[in-house]
Amino acid sequence: MTEMYRSQKSIDTDPILDVRNLTVTYRTGQGLVYTVRDVSLQIAAGEIYGLVGESGSGKSTLARAIVRYLADNGQINSGSIKLGNTDLLTLPMSKMQKIWGSRITMVHQDPAAAVNPSITIGEQIAEVARLHLHMSSSQAREKALEMLRKMRMPDPESVAKRYAHQLSGGMLQRVVIAIALTTNPELLIMDEPTTSLDVTTEAAILDLVRELLTEYNMAVLFITHNLGVVANICNRVGVMYAGEIMEEGTVRQVFNHKLHPYTRGLLGCLPKVTNDKRNVSLSAIPGFIPRMNHLPSGCIFGPRCKLVEDDCQAERPSQVEAEAGHFTACRRWEALQSNPDLLMDVQQVRDMDEHEEGPLVFTASNIKKYFDVTASGFDSLFKQSGTEIKAVDDVSVGVRGGFTLGVVGESGCGKTTFARCIAGLEEATSGKMELEGQLLPYTVAKRTSAQKKRIQMVFQNPDASLNPHYTIGDSVSRPFVLMGDLSKEEIQMRVKELFSAVNLPEDYINRLPHELSGGEKQRIAIARAMASEPTMILCDEPLSSLDVSVQAALINLLIKLQDSSKISYLFISHDLAAVRYISDWVAVMYLGRICEIGSSEDVFLPPYHPYTEALLSAIPVPDPDVQQERIRLEGNVPSPIDLPSGCRFHTRCPRKIGEICEAQEPPWQDVSDHHQICCHITLDELRTMQSEVIVGQADTLREVR
Amino acid sequence: MATMQINQEYIQPKYLAIWKKVRRNLLTTIGFFVVVLFLLSAVVGPLVVPYDYAEQNIEQRLQSPSVDHIFGTDEFGRDVFSRVVMGSRSVCVIAGTGAALAVIFGLVIGLIAGYWGGLLDDVIMRLMEVMMSIPGLLLAMLVLFSLGSSFYSVILVVGFMYIPVVTRVVRSVVLDIKTRAFIEAAKLRGESIRYILMREVLPNVLPHLAVEASMRFVYAIFMVASLGFLGLGVQPPTPDWGFMVSEARPFYNNAPWIIFFPAASIAILVVGVSFVSDGLRKMLLPGGVSSD
Ligand code: SF4
Ligand code: SF4
Repeated sequence: MTEMYRSQKSIDTDPILDVRNLTVTYRTGQGLVYTVRDVSLQIAAGEIYGLVGESGSGKSTLARAIVRYLADNGQINSGSIKLGNTDLLTLPMSKMQKIWGSRITMVHQDPAAAVNPSITIGEQIAEVARLHLHMSSSQAREKALEMLRKMRMPDPESVAKRYAHQLSGGMLQRVVIAIALTTNPELLIMDEPTTSLDVTTEAAILDLVRELLTEYNMAVLFITHNLGVVANICNRVGVMYAGEIMEEGTVRQVFNHKLHPYTRGLLGCLPKVTNDKRNVSLSAIPGFIPRMNHLPSGCIFGPRCKLVEDDCQAERPSQVEAEAGHFTACRRWEALQSNPDLLMDVQQVRDMDEHEEGPLVFTASNIKKYFDVTASGFDSLFKQSGTEIKAVDDVSVGVRGGFTLGVVGESGCGKTTFARCIAGLEEATSGKMELEGQLLPYTVAKRTSAQKKRIQMVFQNPDASLNPHYTIGDSVSRPFVLMGDLSKEEIQMRVKELFSAVNLPEDYINRLPHELSGGEKQRIAIARAMASEPTMILCDEPLSSLDVSVQAALINLLIKLQDSSKISYLFISHDLAAVRYISDWVAVMYLGRICEIGSSEDVFLPPYHPYTEALLSAIPVPDPDVQQERIRLEGNVPSPIDLPSGCRFHTRCPRKIGEICEAQEPPWQDVSDHHQICCHITLDELRTMQSEVIVGQADTLREVR
Repeated sequence: MATMQINQEYIQPKYLAIWKKVRRNLLTTIGFFVVVLFLLSAVVGPLVVPYDYAEQNIEQRLQSPSVDHIFGTDEFGRDVFSRVVMGSRSVCVIAGTGAALAVIFGLVIGLIAGYWGGLLDDVIMRLMEVMMSIPGLLLAMLVLFSLGSSFYSVILVVGFMYIPVVTRVVRSVVLDIKTRAFIEAAKLRGESIRYILMREVLPNVLPHLAVEASMRFVYAIFMVASLGFLGLGVQPPTPDWGFMVSEARPFYNNAPWIIFFPAASIAILVVGVSFVSDGLRKMLLPGGVSSD
């Protein structure tokens, strides 16, 4: 490993950040762990360098090593880090600390943790100016306002006087960026800065970062797991895997030519907004990221690579410059270069039934769920009614047998509450639910055992969905035990069948949940839900905590199970691409209401509801060549306690036509038999003002159709 | 490769793994031996003590530690060693039973309050708060004065006094556990409330309860000793460390051993159990000792 030096890179200007052959280790109970191995990267001024990788890739460790802010058991073993002409590794810690916050600044995932809750926003920015720029108090205050203005904060004077808890996540992240830029740093490190934000907010923040870069001539290290974000904002990108950089180059080079099997795998995993399960199947990367204390010999990606040869395992391949500025750590890059479709060809056309409408197995009509915020316990005796949160307000959907209804929306739109009402975990306030023609009581306690079996749920957090005290075999067999009429052997058999259906080896049966990865736990959760042979499974953000390569495998699994057992899904997600891919029908939710519903092809083509249009325009598409309409939403999502009158979207709607939107609830309009939009603008007008939001992806829907 | 690693960990017997963790922590080991020593002395005490704990011998009074009386003798010429050993009996039994009572009731009440929530929870928790707001020793004194002090009344008072604390711990764990998806999955597949409480919730409460129980034991020992000191503990002639300390006060200057040995016993036992309690916490609760 130590012998490996990459050829000198051709960077026209001197890089601001120059990291060479950096190796970082952690001392752990299992010995020394090489978390980052021999990584080199350079970032020039005015450049955004995207570092992408899945969890365990070592990307955050790398960032921490660059600022020498490792955990106590971490250590930089070899390599060099230079910031301009300063050698950061030889600097005494006291000098290093002066660099933090002035020459190098950081923006983290959770803005709330980065801002002091008890000091006003303006004071905090001013403090930085006083400390690092040695400004007087009044100058510093002026500087703070100027920074807020640059962040395109509406009404910076009032924001400066507010405290952290009075700002939304997106606003807060702008504040953190403002603090980071106050000192005019040479290097800005952004570690998953948009991961905790909604997609519309994310888009706005990315726009902001892009614009600011033209003004501040700094180097940006942008760490993310989201390939779409990288394609959107970065100039160059390094793909990291298990502690090493697999491929590096400009965004176009890496996304369009993809000279490493891992990059191809990652991009093949991603559902695209323009694809669905009928025309393309996702290619998951088999296997797991290696444990850092059990690294394979030779190519680190070897055990999971479809192109692996004996030579790959003999020696660790060194980085090759395949074209100017485009590096790959794959020995067989020439094979990849000559065949751009190699490894991508698994995206084959699926052979699926054409749309034949199955019978309606489940209908929910006018479901409402109001939470009473004030009254609970003792209080409920004295207070009659408190303030209400209208989490779900008059939602009606139908689910057909063997089909998937996707529900998309940003956080707080009520999609999860809706699913929990259907499951009976929340008691709906009013409305009617019918399952296979039978009226369904509101709470699970009141449902018959036959009804309980027919609706199951897969939860968001795989870590919480299995009882840590039971083996996963116990967890999966419990539904069979409950049926009461199966012998031990039969149960054993059924459990084994389920294990093979979700592609888990049988010898996992005796394992405890903590011995499984997140993706495996989610498979078990699916297996358990399948056990009672339900009519419908409610999937509540089942993918959101998983890495993309794991997501792909899980999506494939859900589709396979649907194919074989004609099960229906209600698939809830904030990820439009995943919803588009897996769903036959899609409902778009905003503030407790559905604003557009239809077959998934139709919803993702114009005419759109203005909100759907904005969502589509905000999603980061993992393809730098894609042209995306740029529609950005202003302001924050209103509070569900104090809902806007008329159309709920009117406070942010870019297409608002006037008073009528504020005064009257918009009507439902039928675009076709299976596509409805709830808006005051007539369909013809929508058609003329809208064009397709996402254009230019290689396999657009039109072509497939 | 990764899979093999897991398997190896998996086949390692559970008790071995736990023992390794215990040994890793020296204090826990020390505490463990202290507790075992005291429990042993409580159990086999009557068989090993050289003298009857109540046997008075005026000629031998106030003798300093010697080969005959390794802890010396007290103002009635009773053997201090025998009395300390026998005293461990009453402390361990009273404090142990008291703590156990508190744990059992606290567990049941905490489970109910936490799981059902709402009005019931409110009523229960307000009651508990009221109980907790009265200083423990004061409450115990009041009750024991009016009821009269006996072996059973002390146990009852000690047990009763710690119910609220245990309830609060259990309830907070239940509140956390009951929102986990595996509980909701159990509801969805139609499990009975009994199954959910006993099989899904309880196993997750137990580690917290074990730690809490050991903490309660520590406090109960202290409480029993304090009550003894005030003369409200087990009544003479049954030896009681707290009472022994209080009795010996007039002789502090010329016969310090009478006060030293029972006092040291209290201190050592309390510290020993806290070490064990600490070890339990690190072992059983997340965020404790871990190498992975
Ligand atoms: S070097 Fe070999 S094993 Fe590694 S990625 Fe390339 S082809 Fe695959
Ligand atoms: S009704 Fe008005 S505010 Fe609402 S989405 Fe349509 S145009 Fe926008």
